[in-house]
Amino acid sequence: MDATLRLLRSAPPTALFGLFIIFAYSFIAIFAPVLTPYGETEIVGAEFEPWGEGFVLGTDSLGRDMLTRLIYGARNTIGIAFLTTALAFLLGSVTGFLAATISGWVDQLLSRIVDVLMAIPALIFGLLVLTIVGTSITNMVLVIAVLESTRVFRLARAVAMGIVVMDYVEAARLRGEGLWWIMTREVLPNALPPLVAEFGLRFCFVFLFISALSFLGLGIQPPTADWGSMVRDNATLITFGDITPLMPAAAIALLTVAVNFVVDWFLHKASGLKE
Amino acid sequence: MSEHNDKDILVRIRGLRIEGQSGDHWTEIVHGVDLDLHKGEVLGLIGESGAGKSTIGLAAMGFARDGCRITGGEILFDGTDLAKAGEDEKRKIWGARIAYVAQSAAAAFNPAHRLIDQFTEAPVQHGLSSRAQSEEEAKALFARLQLPDPDGIGLRYPHQVSGGQLQRAMTAMAMSCKPDLIIFDEPTTALDVTTQIEVLAAIRDAVEAFDTAAIYITHDLAVVAQMADRIMVLRHGNLVEEGETRAMLAAPKEDYTRDLLSVRSFRRPEHPIPAGEAPLLKVDNVTAAYGDVPVLHGVSVDIHRKRTVAIVGESGSGKSTLARVITGLLPAKSGAVSYDGEEMPLSYKQRGKDQLRRMQMIYQMPDTALNPRQRIRDVIGRPVSFYLGLTGKQLEDRVRELLTMIELDPDDYIDRLTTELSGGQKQRICIARALAAEPQLIICDEVTSALDQLVAEDILKLLQRLQDDLGLSYMFITHDLATVRAIADEVVVMYQGKVVEHGPKTEMFKPPHHDYTDLLLSSVPEMDPDWLDKLLADRAEQAKQGRVLKAADH
Repeated sequence: MDATLRLLRSAPPTALFGLFIIFAYSFIAIFAPVLTPYGETEIVGAEFEPWGEGFVLGTDSLGRDMLTRLIYGARNTIGIAFLTTALAFLLGSVTGFLAATISGWVDQLLSRIVDVLMAIPALIFGLLVLTIVGTSITNMVLVIAVLESTRVFRLARAVAMGIVVMDYVEAARLRGEGLWWIMTREVLPNALPPLVAEFGLRFCFVFLFISALSFLGLGIQPPTADWGSMVRDNATLITFGDITPLMPAAAIALLTVAVNFVVDWFLHKASGLKE
Repeated sequence: MSEHNDKDILVRIRGLRIEGQSGDHWTEIVHGVDLDLHKGEVLGLIGESGAGKSTIGLAAMGFARDGCRITGGEILFDGTDLAKAGEDEKRKIWGARIAYVAQSAAAAFNPAHRLIDQFTEAPVQHGLSSRAQSEEEAKALFARLQLPDPDGIGLRYPHQVSGGQLQRAMTAMAMSCKPDLIIFDEPTTALDVTTQIEVLAAIRDAVEAFDTAAIYITHDLAVVAQMADRIMVLRHGNLVEEGETRAMLAAPKEDYTRDLLSVRSFRRPEHPIPAGEAPLLKVDNVTAAYGDVPVLHGVSVDIHRKRTVAIVGESGSGKSTLARVITGLLPAKSGAVSYDGEEMPLSYKQRGKDQLRRMQMIYQMPDTALNPRQRIRDVIGRPVSFYLGLTGKQLEDRVRELLTMIELDPDDYIDRLTTELSGGQKQRICIARALAAEPQLIICDEVTSALDQLVAEDILKLLQRLQDDLGLSYMFITHDLATVRAIADEVVVMYQGKVVEHGPKTEMFKPPHHDYTDLLLSSVPEMDPDWLDKLLADRAEQAKQGRVLKAADH
């Protein structure tokens, strides 16, 4: 506890700001039903009502309360992005560690598969696959996780490559330890700092990916509230000088910036860089 | 220092205090050290790691490494206080009047430029000479430092010359501006003992020829005895003793200096060869290669029970490769490795748990041999539970017992992370990890070369005691003949992937020898300040008789 406090006190203001934003978002996401005046998909008024009493941020194209949708959007978008990133990391690190630890043809095979996947632009590939298999949250999570795991694979493999040549890994091999032990006990703990930092960064990309897919109509499907599709649905308002559609976009931008601040700080700590 | 020669003082440091950063706070690592250096004098700074010798050496040029800062005292270089001088002022002095030779020349040279380009950079930058003039000087200096082909070597890139040559080229570069002071920071520590001689001789000759003052930093008292006029012994950022080289070596005043001098005096009586007993480990005519590059050519070694066999040779001689072949990390191309009469599969992957257990390994770098994220309990406990199946209370008791065996207090150490230990303690943990498997043979790969001499000696004594108590056999890979003298029963000399000579220790240290063995044996520095002169004279004499003793990469 003391250590955590000391750590926080040594953090630069940008990182503290980032942490604050992340905690605030998480709080909002978790307590969404308590914080919102209306239901997520409840139609409570006329279409496109302006800001004012009753509807702090007005209503959307179907007459649902914008503020409510915005808060629920945090829950859906962040939750799904977190799940997807976690899945991508699980897949990417396990394969990356495998490639580095076994090396030889396993490494060759996995690396070439990843090369092929990385050669295709992720968004186009995602759109294509989702059109074929059909749009559902499960499909989207799986597709994005696989696409993002290629980047994680590259990092995990590179980091693990530096670790598996260490004498302590050699000692474990000579002891007769199995692959799983070497990967989880010798490699993973030492590869963790860069992977955690990458997690924050990847989370941003996944988040943007989902928002982009939703904006294009292939991501989270209505009536579930999510920031990407909220921008699309209400985009016409901008032509009337109403900034409401920019609110979900700003929410996305703010979270991305906040996560990056924290990741930057963490990277500095992990790599031991000064200044 | 006497008052009358105050005029020719080049560097005068008074009350130097330096702080180092650890985590978020600063701690003092040099506590008010005074230093005087006369023009043309060579001063040796000696001490173990953490003594602050490099920090003080660098401070003499007004420089503090990253994570260090000079907090007090004055550093007068020819009248200018470098502690207070601005960056511009210091930059004018650095390179031109004070030069620095780093421990690792390979890391200090820019690999993308030719040697000559790096040599001429400083004189041209400081406006001391033109490029063409400086190139001529380079050739003269290269010749002076006995580099082969002085006219052409400058056109090579750093990776195209050997380590010993690179270190001399670095010295030449430091002399390019004819500085008043050169700081040598462990210039021969990374070199083989046979190469070290030539570098030492070249440095000493050049320093004398140009009457340059030098600060020579090293942990090896025998080396500094050859180089320095005066020695300062440092410990924990304090001055322990200071004096003229000969006087200090003859009659050291402080206990610590005496300890440093008596290091390498540890000797163990040699065990006689047991007659007719089958060897525990038999390496028979083994050949091995990295890819297509052959490294071992028909190597045979026998190790008997309760005996220590030292494998000696310089880097690249194949001694570590031999260890990799025996452990099965690098399967031999041909030949056989048998243990206790039973032929072992060549790759460790095919060996059974018990075959792996009976042969353990201790590594050169304790830092990389221990997982930084594990606690001592797990490091030592894992082989115990893995091989012997102990759990719970039994496991804990065994780990504590092992810690007691390696002379570390179990209560204090069992829950520490491996990063919370000193180098010597880490190496002890590595020994305990090997012991935990209850082996009969331990392969020690340069286990003391990364440690300070006093610490290394303690490790050797510990290994010795464990051998007597537990009846272990050691295969001891080393390039340090002092270590061999201390603990070996048998010596195997390797050179370019072959065994050139082998036999009991007492015989091995008696002439006549194979040329290479002779070169190796005679190259170990001794405390006698005249040793280098005698050795060079001796070798010149032998060369006249047609027997040339020179390191391969000269």
